[in-house]
Order: sequence, then structure tokens, then C-alpha cells
Amino acid sequence: MADATAPATSDASAAHAGPRELQHQFDTVEQQRDASSLGMWVFLVTEILFFGGLFLAYTVYRSQYARAFAEASRHLDITLGTFNTVVLIVSSLTMALAVFSASTGRRRALLAFLLATMALGGVFLGVKAVEYGHKFHDHLVPGPHFRFPGPYARPAEIFYSLYFAMTGLHAAHMVIGIGLLTVLVLQARKGRYGPGYYTPVEVCGLYWHFVDIVWIFLFPLLYLIGRHIH
Amino acid sequence: MSTAVVAPPPEAPAVEPPVHYLNATYGVKSWLLTRDHKRIALLYLASITFFFFLGGLFALLIRLELLTPAGDLVQSQTYNKLFTMHGVIMVFFFLIPSIPAVLGNFLIPMMIGARDLAFPRLNLLSWYIYMVGALFTLWAVVHGGVDTGWTFYTPYSTASSNTHVIATAVGIFITGFSSILTGLNFIVTIHTMRAPGLTWFRLPLFVWSHYATSLIFVLATPVIAVTLLMVAVERLFHLGIFDPRLGGDPILFQHLFWFYSHPAVYIMVLPAMGVVSELVTTFSRKNIFGYKFVAFASIGIAVLGFLVWGHHMFVSGQSVFAGMIFSILSFLVAIPSAVKVFNWTATMYKGSISYRTPMLYAFGFIGLFTIGGLTGLFLATLGVDVHVHDTYFIVAHFHYIMVGGAIMGYLGGIHYWWPKISGKLYPEAWARFAALVVFLGFNLTFFPQFILGYLGMPRRYHAYPEEFQVLNVMSTAGASILGAGYIIPMIYLVWSMRYGRAAPANPWGSTGLEWDTPSPPPTENFLTTPVVTDEPYHYSPGEVEIVG
Repeated sequence: MADATAPATSDASAAHAGPRELQHQFDTVEQQRDASSLGMWVFLVTEILFFGGLFLAYTVYRSQYARAFAEASRHLDITLGTFNTVVLIVSSLTMALAVFSASTGRRRALLAFLLATMALGGVFLGVKAVEYGHKFHDHLVPGPHFRFPGPYARPAEIFYSLYFAMTGLHAAHMVIGIGLLTVLVLQARKGRYGPGYYTPVEVCGLYWHFVDIVWIFLFPLLYLIGRHIH
Repeated sequence: MSTAVVAPPPEAPAVEPPVHYLNATYGVKSWLLTRDHKRIALLYLASITFFFFLGGLFALLIRLELLTPAGDLVQSQTYNKLFTMHGVIMVFFFLIPSIPAVLGNFLIPMMIGARDLAFPRLNLLSWYIYMVGALFTLWAVVHGGVDTGWTFYTPYSTASSNTHVIATAVGIFITGFSSILTGLNFIVTIHTMRAPGLTWFRLPLFVWSHYATSLIFVLATPVIAVTLLMVAVERLFHLGIFDPRLGGDPILFQHLFWFYSHPAVYIMVLPAMGVVSELVTTFSRKNIFGYKFVAFASIGIAVLGFLVWGHHMFVSGQSVFAGMIFSILSFLVAIPSAVKVFNWTATMYKGSISYRTPMLYAFGFIGLFTIGGLTGLFLATLGVDVHVHDTYFIVAHFHYIMVGGAIMGYLGGIHYWWPKISGKLYPEAWARFAALVVFLGFNLTFFPQFILGYLGMPRRYHAYPEEFQVLNVMSTAGASILGAGYIIPMIYLVWSMRYGRAAPANPWGSTGLEWDTPSPPPTENFLTTPVVTDEPYHYSPGEVEIVG
């Protein structure tokens, strides 16, 4: 990943004649592009397994404490959650448009879409912070100050442990994604990307979409399971 | 394997010493900032050797304590820390990175005719991540250690233990990313960087086994990472994810832990199997028997390895039905493993076998791995496992796989490729002697433990009844011999770097691409990209003289 996003070294051209972004270990730009793209896909497979451990824990405890999870889920703010879901889906659109702009050589559009994606990511994190603040205020943060009325305090605490672990890990990925986008913006301003070479934009796009998809699973599993209880 | 390599003849008159990866640049910075996969491999070699001897030191203290039935050398609490630190360091900081990060790193690009791995900077980053994780764990060692066992079973690790669980867990968590990035790098490299003509079925079996290993790295390591994260968070914030008092399920931890840690056993042994495939063909001067079977056996072991974790939990309260399923699936792993052993044996049949040091280690591997594998079948059997669970039988079984298998393969590989890595020949007589010492010391250490375990001596205790003393004394004596057997190669390999005879490009008359370039290789590995036109291992008996 680090290789895909960072610019090619300038001394690579000394080893063999080729475009400046071509690193010395590759023969052709296509080979380099294939490698970067495959590298990101393999990394995303790893990420699926990484989140998978938490999803497994969620599945086990939800089947064990179905009622308690539904009750606990009702204390999440569905309005903010829905708003954030929309924000992320739109950010996926702007990211896809950024890749398209890079591949067609529209430098100003590329910059604009990258900045829009970053801004939407920032909005998501801001809303998330507000939600965390509410949970803190309502004593729903697991630990000694956790308060949950009714008979389900213990399993509800497990629900909120998983809620903070899963959304926290997701938010950490968002922060990393915004960091990657920052690097892309700086490089794009120098005109590094064009139809001949936009692999970093493409692989960062893959990463961004993946993080969005994780949220698409998190949102119903955490926010929507209590809707049928009245 | 290749016929069209156009490297200049290395035996050209030495007007000035040829430029190779070791003398291309000098200085600490040129090593710490290198992107050359060969130098990174040597960085790993130095680091894991340190951890090997540190882990060995803990093993020595364990064996010294067990010399007498009374717990007289250390207290039970200290003993708990000793076997925990021995396990943690040997598993996570030596065995898992050993062959992939050193030999795999050095050889995979050369075996496929590439100038480097696909992501050289990522490769260097992997080493730094490994070192950061190692520092966390070393910090825990220095500040009093950790006593949970290398398995970190909850709720002991999250609620009871008052040792440095978090620092150790964070160290392993960080080091896990080094494994993931190495595996990712190998997968991408093998997919995209092969030389012209090098099809999948012309790849050396070493590369196949590393491909299988990399799949496990990428698929299993993230699970232990997130599991240890949960343990650390639970301990830090007193959550109840695994704590039954707070509604959590400690068995869930065991499932998650073994989902990684059983495949991790194959991370340790698959690369060693790859090494043995290279050694057996080279020193029998024969093509491998059943190339595709050996190649797919690696993939088969990697896939089946993900389906057997429950055999660690037969007595944990898992349902008997689940136990039966896991038992049957565990038996299945024996099939691809046996395919390999049979095919190596068939490869040697009617071959021109030369008893060089690497081949001695290959013999050691095959014999000891077979014993370790067969006793694994005992343990996969529900009834027998209930009898020997948590006894020295288990300890002996997995040491036959990890020490008798993985370390034998590692040492065999280090000797075989030492001329390529260092450009120097090691002293053959000393090396054969050391291989013999290792083999004898190993068996004297661990065979008595099978008997001890069967008689009922439990693991993880620092005192034991009088009647077990004779076998324990044998084991401790064996451990001392084994320790000497590891120190001898350490000495003569370092010695040979300065005083050894210069190695020719291909001292063993091997067919692998890595031998088609000078020893030590130039930084870019090959002066011209090789073109591969033939299968691997096209040996004909007695044709090539071994000059090493």
C-alpha cells in the first residue's frame, strides 16, 4: 500500500529507460499497475478477516442475547446513523468520479472530487464524534459508569462494547483513508496523475469503497435490529 | 531450470572483486534504508537469530528447573513466566518469520527471475514493524514478563493475571502486520513478477509452499490481531467480551485464537517443506516425484489447516458433535502431509544421494516430521486426546513438528543457500557434525517427553512426582546437547563469512534459477532477465559434480 501511494523514486530512471513513475523492479507500467492493484485486493481480503473477528463476536452474542441486543440497539440515534450512511455513499460516488477524472486527465475535476471525498469523510467522522458524545452523556459507554435500565444491563454492555469496537475500528480506517487522500491531493496538485498513470488514485479508491462497504454492514447490524420492537 | 541466462561467467579472472549486493554500498544507513530484498532478508536473519537464542535461554531455564522433582530453582510464578516467554518468543518472533522472512525473502525473487519483490519499500516496512512489535515484547520481558501461556486464554489473561499482558499482546498485534505485509508481498510477486516462460507449473516447489504460507499469513493473521486487540481492550477498560462474570464467553476467545494459531502451525512447517523439496531433489540428483501432487499438497494443507482449529478444544466444553467433525477434518490434513513424505521418499529412490549437510537436515526433517505428524493423529482422536490433553505428550508432539520439522528445515535451508547468501562455503565436516548433534540432542530431549506425557505428567508445572525424574533428566541432558548443536553452526557460519573459501555460482550443481547468477548475487539479481524454457529439477543422476 505504501508503495502504491507514494510517488516513484526519481533514481529509477537511471536503472532503465522508462517513465519516471516506473519502479526499478518492474519491466512495464502495466506490470506495476497489476501488482499495485492486486496488492490492494489482497490487503482488502486481510481487512475482511480483520473485521471478521468482530463480526463473529457480534453474531455469537446477538444469537445468545437477541432481545437484549434489540433493546440496546434502540438507544442508537437512527437519524444520525442514516445521515452518515448517505454521506458515505455520496463519498463513494465522489471517489469513483475522482478515479474517472484521473483516468481521463481532468486535473481540476480530480482535485475537486478528492477534496469532496475528504470533506464527506470529515463530516462522517464529525457526526460520529457527536454520537459518541451522546453515548458518553447517556452512560452507554461500557465500563464502570455504564447504566442501562431494565434486565439487560450485562448483555447491553456487550452490545455497546461491540458497537464502540466496530465503529471505532471503522472510524480508524476512515482516518487512514483521509490521510491517503491528503497524499493524493498533494500529488495531484503537482500534476502527477493522468491517463498514463493513476494507479495510486485507483487503489486508494478501492480502499475507500471497502471502508464504505464495511459501514453498509455495520449500519443495519447496529442501528436497525431494534426497529421491530415497540 | 533456465537455459537462456546470459550472466557473464563468474569465474572470469579477478582483476577487482566483483560488485555484489553485500559490497555495493557500505555503512549502517545503507542497510537500515535498503530496499534490496536480499539485505532485508539479512536484517531479518540477524533479528530472528537474536530471538532464537533468547527463546532458547528460557527453554534452558525451564529444563534446568525440571532436572529435579522439587520446584527448587524458580518459583511457580516465575516458571509460568518462563514457559510463556519461551512460547511467545519462539512462535511469534522466531518460527513464524524464520523461513519466509529470511529464505523466502532472499530467494523468491531470485527463483522467479525478478529483480526484487513487487513492493520493496513495503518489505522494509515489514521488518521495521517486526522490530517495533519485538520492542514491545522485549519491554514486557524486561519489566517482569507475562504468565498467561502463549495462548493468552481468557478470562485469566483479561481479568486475573497481573503481568504485562497488554504490552505483549500489542507486540504480537504489531508483529502480525509484518507477517501480513510479507505474505501480501509474496502473493503479488509470485503472481505478477515471474520471468518470461516461468509458468506456474515450472515454479520451484519452494515458491509453491511459500505461496500457500502467504495465503495463511493474509487470511489468518488479521484474526489473531483483532482477537488480541479485544483482549487488550477488555483488560484495559474492564469490558466483558470474554469474561463470563460479565456475560461474555471465554470459549469464543479460544475459537478465535485457534482459528489463527492452528494455521500458524502450517505457517511454520510449510516453508520447511518447500526447503526439503529443494534439498531432496538437489542431493538425489532426480526430478521430484509427482511435482503437481507436492505443489497442490501445499495448497491442500493451507486450506484444510483452516478447518481443524477445534481439535485444540476437545476438553473445553465444545459439543461432542463439533469435536467429532473437527476430529475427522484433522485426520484429513494427514493426507496431503503424507503425500509429501511419500513423494520425497520416492524422489530419493534410485537417486544418486550425497550426504551433504543440507541433505542430513532433510533426512532429519522427514523422519521427525513423520513422528510428529503421526502423533498428531493420536491427538486428533477424541478418546486419546482426553487422556493426553495438556500433558507432555502434546509438548513432545508439537516440538517434533516445530523443532524437529521447522527448525531442521530452516537449518538445512540456511546451509544449502549459505554459499549464495554469503558467497562463502561453510566447513562441511563441522557442519555434518553439528547436524548429527542436533538430531541426537533433539531426540534425547523430546522422545522421553512422549513417554512422560503418556504416563500422565502434565505440562506447565514446575514440580513433579519422583517417578518422572529419570525421563526428565534425559530430556534436560538432551536439551543441553541440542543447545550445543545450535551454537556450533552459529560459530562456523560467522567464521566462514570471513575465513571461508569463496563459493562458486553453483556449488551444488542445482537447477534452480537462483544458482544461475554469481554468489553473492549482484543487487539486481540478474544482469539480464532470464528466460525459462524448461521444467524445474531436470537432474540426471551423476551428471554434475558437487564442488562445494
